[in-house]
Amino acid sequence: MKALKTLTNGLLKENPTFRLVLGTCPTLAITTMAINGLGMGLATTAVLVGSNTVIALTRKLIPDKVRIPAFITIIAGFVTIVQFLLKAYLPALNETLGIYIPLIVVNCIILARAEMFACKNSVFLSILDGLGMGIGFTFALVIMGSIRELIGNGTIFGITVTANLFDPAILMILPPGGFLTYGILIGLLNKFSNVKIRKTGCHGCSVQCGVSSSNKGVGAQ
Amino acid sequence: MRELLSLMLGAILVENFVLAKFLGICPFLGVSKKLDTALGMSGAVVFVMTVASAFTWVVNKFVLVRYELEYLQTIAFILVIAALVQFIETVLKKLAPSLYKSLGIYLPLITTNCAVLGVALLNVQREYNFGEAILYSFGAGLGFTLALVLFAGVRERIENCDIPESLKGMPITLIAASLVSLAFFGFQGLFQ
Repeated sequence: MKALKTLTNGLLKENPTFRLVLGTCPTLAITTMAINGLGMGLATTAVLVGSNTVIALTRKLIPDKVRIPAFITIIAGFVTIVQFLLKAYLPALNETLGIYIPLIVVNCIILARAEMFACKNSVFLSILDGLGMGIGFTFALVIMGSIRELIGNGTIFGITVTANLFDPAILMILPPGGFLTYGILIGLLNKFSNVKIRKTGCHGCSVQCGVSSSNKGVGAQ
Repeated sequence: MRELLSLMLGAILVENFVLAKFLGICPFLGVSKKLDTALGMSGAVVFVMTVASAFTWVVNKFVLVRYELEYLQTIAFILVIAALVQFIETVLKKLAPSLYKSLGIYLPLITTNCAVLGVALLNVQREYNFGEAILYSFGAGLGFTLALVLFAGVRERIENCDIPESLKGMPITLIAASLVSLAFFGFQGLFQ
């Protein structure tokens, strides 16, 4: 029962993108097309599951004071693996995502899950948490990507939908459209659900990305 | 000279890290509520970005490339940045306590600021030489500052506005960011 709850937690209740507002950089940057969102989401999921597993396995070995650098190194290791896999098997996707693949290292979601969940829970639960959060993130990216691609290019996953009906608004696949889509989506979620997202970014963030919380605490990082 | 100037101006205006490249969005949304915190954060970012790109450039050229270890770039860079931030924090604390007081609290946040790692990776990807890398990073830092300071002004205005209930907070901030980003779009094509 607890396992199921952990798995579904990231999908809706604590969706990293729409509820926790974490990992905003990739969310805004690569969702110009639905397929990019899917690729980025799955790459992040792979890193998240891997890092959560290793961190849960080594949670009793890592001294508290150096845990943040240790976590970052573990995460960077998994990012490098994913980078190689993408380069070998999906070179086109690797090309479009560009520097945002190595930048998964500094994606707040991964460090936040390490800090909030994996270093306190068993391996099994941590894997489920990583999977749930990753799928929630992927889901959010695909939705954002689909909306932007549909309005900005008239297609979804490259399949023509409305391109012949009216001229697509290119603005939506340009940077301003990213901010706009994200803002309106969170606004709609506020309107139609009972959870209000008011906080903005790191400072008001309840799930601090580890670094800011260690700032007040041990000062290890 | 002209080329270097256009490289730096391009990094500030055309390729603005926050508004065109989406790097460093967390601090952009997190600390832009007040002008003085925005300035403190930006100062720390400009400093760390410039120093970090110098270090990562040297590490890449003389360690990673020489020993054919380029595949360790991500790990090496993030560790260099983390160590550097820690080092700067300690040095500032000892040598310039007043500066530490104003910048210190932002320093730990910078390790996971994707703008810093982003600029280090871009320097390598675009094969800039040492001087170009420093100028580009400095320009990118200034661009970050410009975006943050401008946006702090916008947000101080939003505070006093009558906003629909469900758009309060995060949503209206993002929509305002979209308009600022649109304004920066005017710089596209400034250099040909």
